[in-house]
Amino acid sequence: MTKRPLPSLIMLAYLLFLLLPIYWLVIMSFKPNSEILGAFTLWPQDFTLGNYRTILTDPSWYMGFVNSFIYVAMNTVISLCVALPAAYAFSRYRFMGDNHLFFWLLTNRMAPPAVFALPFFQLYSSVNLFDTHIAVALAHCLFNVPLAVWILEGFMRGVPREIDETAFIDGYSFPRFFTRIFIPMIGPGIGVAAFFCFMFSWVELLLSRTLTSVDAKPITAIMTRTVSASGLDWGVLAAAGVLTIIPGAIVIYFVRGYIAKGFALGRV
Amino acid sequence: MEKTTNQRAWFLVLPVLILVAFSSIIPMMTVVNYSFQDSFGGNEFFWVGLEWYRELLRSERLWDALGRQLMFSSIILLIEIPLGILVALAMPKKGWLASLCLVLIALPLLIPYNVVGMIWQVFARSDIGLLGRVVTDLGFSYNYTQDAVDAWVTVVAMDVWHWTSLVSLLCYAGVRSIPSAYYQAAEIDQASRWSVFRFIELPKMRGVLIIAVLLRFMDSFMIYTEPFVLTGGGPGNATTFLSIDLVKMALGQFDLGPAAAFSLMYFLVILLVSYVFYTVMIASDKAEAGQ
Amino acid sequence: MASITLQNLAHSYAPNPQGEADFALKEVNLKWGDGEAYALLGPSGCGKTTLLNIMSGLLTPTRGRVLFDERDVTAAPTAERNIAQVFQFPVVYDTMSVRENLAFPLRNRGVDAGIIAARVDRIADMIGLTPLLGKKAQGLGADLKQKISLGRGMVRDDVNAILFDEPLTVIDPHLKWELRTQLKALHREFGHTMVYVTHDQTEALTFADKVVVMNEGRVLQIGTPQELFETPAHRFVGYFIGSPGMNFLPATIDGAFASIGGERVDLGKSYGSLEGAVEIGIRPEFVKLTSSNGLPLEINRIQDAGRQKFVNGNVFGAEVNIVMDASEAIDAGMTRLAIEPAKISVFQDGWRVEPKGAE
Repeated sequence: MTKRPLPSLIMLAYLLFLLLPIYWLVIMSFKPNSEILGAFTLWPQDFTLGNYRTILTDPSWYMGFVNSFIYVAMNTVISLCVALPAAYAFSRYRFMGDNHLFFWLLTNRMAPPAVFALPFFQLYSSVNLFDTHIAVALAHCLFNVPLAVWILEGFMRGVPREIDETAFIDGYSFPRFFTRIFIPMIGPGIGVAAFFCFMFSWVELLLSRTLTSVDAKPITAIMTRTVSASGLDWGVLAAAGVLTIIPGAIVIYFVRGYIAKGFALGRV
Repeated sequence: MEKTTNQRAWFLVLPVLILVAFSSIIPMMTVVNYSFQDSFGGNEFFWVGLEWYRELLRSERLWDALGRQLMFSSIILLIEIPLGILVALAMPKKGWLASLCLVLIALPLLIPYNVVGMIWQVFARSDIGLLGRVVTDLGFSYNYTQDAVDAWVTVVAMDVWHWTSLVSLLCYAGVRSIPSAYYQAAEIDQASRWSVFRFIELPKMRGVLIIAVLLRFMDSFMIYTEPFVLTGGGPGNATTFLSIDLVKMALGQFDLGPAAAFSLMYFLVILLVSYVFYTVMIASDKAEAGQ
Repeated sequence: MASITLQNLAHSYAPNPQGEADFALKEVNLKWGDGEAYALLGPSGCGKTTLLNIMSGLLTPTRGRVLFDERDVTAAPTAERNIAQVFQFPVVYDTMSVRENLAFPLRNRGVDAGIIAARVDRIADMIGLTPLLGKKAQGLGADLKQKISLGRGMVRDDVNAILFDEPLTVIDPHLKWELRTQLKALHREFGHTMVYVTHDQTEALTFADKVVVMNEGRVLQIGTPQELFETPAHRFVGYFIGSPGMNFLPATIDGAFASIGGERVDLGKSYGSLEGAVEIGIRPEFVKLTSSNGLPLEINRIQDAGRQKFVNGNVFGAEVNIVMDASEAIDAGMTRLAIEPAKISVFQDGWRVEPKGAE
């Protein structure tokens, strides 16, 4: 194999472009506000963990993380539970209106959250779900369920029909076949779908902010509040930002072999 | 694989249907309802018919926002698609280095949108940000909160930073599915690097590229949080894209009627453009395959 | 066209090969004659594709040299070697037409457009693609795509050799025969040096003038199909070629006689006395079921395959197959196995032993 210097160079430049802003955020989180605003330094001169201490000891901060985790987990579970049977139906059967239904589901992925912000607010208020985790989890289903159906359908199509037929001949009932045989077979697909549900629910702000006020307020919304009020505590904000990146980084590490595949398998 | 007809499959789809009905159809109906009415004090409504639509279509505000939006989506597509392909081709193919690159590249995708906005808000500031400081020190006058062009450059750079990786990951999946025999054959045929790309890699990436273009178009068309945090839509209205304008109208000014009409037209535009994109690309795909 | 010489060639995929076990290809010395058609035959994983890739330059060997005629090309890249290769799975440029596909290698070499057009037309005519020249390559069947890959190789008139890596794997059975016949005809007409890798003995034996049999990274024998059949150099060759393969009976050898389980068998020629693991090998076609004299045989089963009967049994615990004419009758008293002495091969530690002379 010959060495290719140009690709390595491109890769290096791109990684630099990606990592520099993150680097800046990270070092900022270790600086006191005086250094952030007062001196322009490339690494912390006055290293401090104070910003992190503030977040981890103040409930109004760390409860934001807890809230985010709760609704993200709820959303992922709900999305997968409803998407699995639907994806199975789309991958195996032909039924009245199947293609229209599939396309209509995907159009929900194209719906701007901004369009839904106000009606969601009114809908969830009217059923007394405003400021609950389940409200945000359900709202995020708007774009995560279509995506999960899309990804899972792609993976399921890769499983030969003969598997189903053999199982039914062997006397498996549908629910037993589905949970015991089929779901384990598309394990990677479920992993990929869960990854994307996690991702899009975790990064979303507009809906989660609109649907919460105190009890279920996500970390991202707490951060925007800090931007507008209390004279910008950059250090704490940066620390909170760093903490929001970590769960994502961990998740990516675990699914690194499948991320690319997830989208590539969807039906075009 | 032949599918069998089975109307009972509807039962499997039912949960999705109920859920999506709750989170999509009911709110959508609310929006439709509002778009034909005017409200006083929040709870008295009366029918105004198509008035809001007529007003919107005449309002410069909407057209300007739409223009900005289209320009933004075109610019980022023109940058992110080629750059994403380039990065995908430059990725190491195997080993721990490939895993590392994959993880690092995917990182921006999992950062909450407002944090992305914040990162760039800081990074680009000329007093405390690395980028802003370096650009200013190089002698350029640069201030994204004052100058419209600077604001645009920053928003575009932020979006490229945030989303190019998605294109790369998709293309990388496409490139990796190419059997090594293709490269060997190309070497035997003495194909140039460009020919290898043009005749082997690009055709194999077609499918994922269609997905990439569609996703990037849709998502950039709905962009809200990142520019909202970075510039707040300013300076003036320079970076007020459709979603920002809509939220301002609906939640800021509580103009429910116009906002609802705006919402519907917004959604329709996305559907329409996505549909056109999709049809054109699938059609050219078929033409490519057939003949 | 050129002859290809492999000198002390060995290859290991490990970066620092230690013992012989690390080598996917053990030391090989071979000369492929100019204009001849060879088959490289062996089971999967025997190193035949490794050997092919070394010749085409896709792999650089760990040790040894590759010569095209007199020129050392060991370190030369694929492009400089002027070889053509047809892969297991059809490799065509999907977005191009058949004509563009065939012209591609010439265009890349900057050949004059007029010459390209003439060459492409001639090659298309030779391999029967003329009616398809204007079509996109993408929609065509696997057999046509393989023809295109072959055509892309042959379109260069200075091509040194054409290498085939199991090219018929994905072809429908009824087309395999046709393609193979066409290939053979092309070879006869144009006389390219051809090397054809396969694990299918029928393909190898019908295509090639000479067959190279490989197993576990080693070249075991090079010979005409007849030589492989009659005088396999290694017990693996005997076993692998022929259907069913050669029968092996453990024996002790003394001069011109073998002793198998205490029974004496006449070998017709003297082998002296042999040490180690000694076996005699005999093809199922050259043993007979009799009722009189021979080795005692326990019959397990008899299969009637129309033109032939296959008998399977045991002689002193060793499995034996017999092929006989369908017209020959079998009766209950036939419990003995007669061996044709002239067709016996003797193997010592797996390798064939030449007789010392007639006695």
